[in-house]
Amino acid sequence: MTDPAIELIGISKAFGPVQANKDISIRVMPGTIHGIIGENGAGKSTLMSILYGFYKADAGDIFIGGKKTLIPDSQAAISAGIGMVFQHFKLVENFTVLENIVLGAEDGAFLAPSLRKARKELTELAAEYELNVDPDAVIEEIGVGMQQRVEILKALYRRADILILDEPTGVLTPAEADQLFRILQRLKEEGKTIILITHKLREIMDATDTVSVMRRGEMTATVKTSETSPEELAELMVGRKVLLRVDKKPANVGAPVLEVENLNVVDDAGVHRVKDVSFSVRAGEILGIAGVAGNGQSELLEVLGGYQTATGIVRVNGTEIDLTGKHSDGQSRRNRGIAHVPEDRQREGLIMDFHAWENVAFGYHHDPAYQKNAWLMDNAAIKKDTAEKMERFDVRPPNPALNAKNFSGGNQQKIVLAREIERNPDLLLVGQPTRGVDIGAIEFIHQQIVSLRDQGKAILLVSVELEEIMSLADRIAVMFDGKIMGERLPQDTDEKELGLLMAGMSGRAA
Amino acid sequence: MFLDLVQVFDSSFRMATPLLLACLAGLFSERAGIFDIGLEGKMLAAAFLSAAVAAMTGSVWLGLLAGIGASVVMSVVHGLASITFRGDQIISGVAINFLAAGLTVVVSQSWFGQGGRTPQLTGAGRFETLDMPGALQGAEKASANPMMHLYSELVSGHTILVYLALLMVPLSWYVLYRTRFGLRLRAVGENPAAVDTAGVNVVFLRYSAVLICGVLCGIAGAYLATALQAGFVKEMTAGRGFIALAALIFAKWRPWHALYACMLFGFLQALALRPDLIEKYLAIKVQVQLLDALPYILTVVILAGLVGKATPPKAGGQAYVKEN
Repeated sequence: MTDPAIELIGISKAFGPVQANKDISIRVMPGTIHGIIGENGAGKSTLMSILYGFYKADAGDIFIGGKKTLIPDSQAAISAGIGMVFQHFKLVENFTVLENIVLGAEDGAFLAPSLRKARKELTELAAEYELNVDPDAVIEEIGVGMQQRVEILKALYRRADILILDEPTGVLTPAEADQLFRILQRLKEEGKTIILITHKLREIMDATDTVSVMRRGEMTATVKTSETSPEELAELMVGRKVLLRVDKKPANVGAPVLEVENLNVVDDAGVHRVKDVSFSVRAGEILGIAGVAGNGQSELLEVLGGYQTATGIVRVNGTEIDLTGKHSDGQSRRNRGIAHVPEDRQREGLIMDFHAWENVAFGYHHDPAYQKNAWLMDNAAIKKDTAEKMERFDVRPPNPALNAKNFSGGNQQKIVLAREIERNPDLLLVGQPTRGVDIGAIEFIHQQIVSLRDQGKAILLVSVELEEIMSLADRIAVMFDGKIMGERLPQDTDEKELGLLMAGMSGRAA
Repeated sequence: MFLDLVQVFDSSFRMATPLLLACLAGLFSERAGIFDIGLEGKMLAAAFLSAAVAAMTGSVWLGLLAGIGASVVMSVVHGLASITFRGDQIISGVAINFLAAGLTVVVSQSWFGQGGRTPQLTGAGRFETLDMPGALQGAEKASANPMMHLYSELVSGHTILVYLALLMVPLSWYVLYRTRFGLRLRAVGENPAAVDTAGVNVVFLRYSAVLICGVLCGIAGAYLATALQAGFVKEMTAGRGFIALAALIFAKWRPWHALYACMLFGFLQALALRPDLIEKYLAIKVQVQLLDALPYILTVVILAGLVGKATPPKAGGQAYVKEN
């Protein structure tokens, strides 16, 4: 029997009182794609950081190709043939592709010979693995899919035999993701070993040969992908049965609540972010806006939420709202029955160093129920209200005096949702409701959004997770380059068509 | 007219030299992601110690070494604060400026008892001007042909540090853009995580940059006290460290542009030495104080961002903490 490409035995790592990895053992066979799946905070990234020399394990051994290997730093990992493609690319943005590839792997004190050699080798690698990039392109001017290729090429240039990819598809369009998986298959055929870290069940099912599941720092199972199912994996990840599909009744649609006509946004840097966008959301329906991050969805939400100026017409319940920012702000939006769960809850939704109860009062601090008298706020009332909201939204731990930053991502999101939904808005704006949220909490958050819709409220959902849009939305609009490429009904479309729209290609053939 | 202009340019070079050295010093540091507003303090410390040692030993070269030493020590302090202990780089820089401003005067008074000055430097205690072969002297210049005049006045007759500063411009460019060290240095100022994951030591790179900065600031300070002037006086840097910072921003952190920016400031300072010329040729009487203030006004204008957008190295001012 061949030696495993990587074998970890009994790896443990604690950060203070938090045990990030508990006695983890795993064998990755050469020439396979091995998936590691687990919720946020399950310890996947910590484990890989240990393998790449970023952290030192408290206990345990690493064997590479059957040999016990110490990996005190990244240099050692590279020498051992390990290459890592991080979730957030480690590229110097104003350098060229070639300079990024050479960085740290130069052949001598002078650059010219290194660059010449790298250029030659890059051509060979491109031919061998079908990884074409322009060596003289500047990183900040190429797309994320290309940037990821550069990261893979960086590893290959350093003669990596083992490639670790951490959540590689988070920033890619479905088409780009498919392309990535084709590249990975190709690398596998050439004998490379690939470790794919993800929280997306579908990717695991589609791409891997073997899958290991992590939960709360422990490795709960390693199974052959062909012998498992998404349901089983989800249960192994969460530790209980999970509903993967959202249960929802047909929409009972009423009058338009939000009407947007010819909306245009030009940001501070003078970039035209939203171009002539028109749509409407009716009472009792969820309009999902799909698209790859950075195609104008964020700006659209900012305008509707009242903290970005725009031109065009926006009506809520038939009354036009001011878009110049001169006569309105987030506060006046709220008074009109618009609630907003922003995309970035840690920057826009919460103040991380404030208590949960203070965060729950934000935006609603004028509420008479929160006032003691004309001058003072009634903190006791706010705390009591917060405790009740936390109870109803299953926030754990249900302690209003805890700082926002001490809750997990899912529970932070529940706090924001509780604040906004419990105000009984006519229109709810939701951005990336489940980004960085555990599967268990996703289920709950989706149920809350659907139940608000069933109460006859209008919901505008912006998400980069196509699956989320497909399962929640009653209508789907796709944004690309600031424009709405088209509207589809979920039952009439599929991920492939939406993926094409997201990449700027207009839909089905006539 | 020609004669006067050549003279002003000649002194522009002399005035620009400390600015240029300090500017390149800041360039190395900031390109590596360490903001350094302590250029002023480092120059001042170097000016004092170089003058003091030159006065005591009679050797300007020992003075220069001592000046570099003083500046490097302060660089190490800045490095410790901002790289090792991940402190605030601006605060560390402010501290160094105050430390230098106070310490130089106090120590100087204690050593020499001349009210915070060092003794006047003479002979081998100062950098002498170098005369190029064939250069004309004194009155001969005026009667020579323009090319010869230019050669004798502008090219010839500076101290070695002026030539060194000018040489540092192509050298810095070469190091930054044509060597492995330069590639890594620029990378560490843009995205230290990229350097770290490529298996290169971020801390080592940043310390190297800070030390280069110390050496160049040391030469700049020594030049002030042992070449431009003949001894140290209180606060003799007179904000040159900050002018160099403005020039650095003006130059958008590029060596050749640093030269042009520093020459502009040097020219303004040189002009302030000759208010009579403005009156002579422009027929307006300009207050000397206004001329003196011009470089500082330009500094404020540049630092206020009125000369176009200058994007500093992306990781500038941030300590590097591993994360993923």
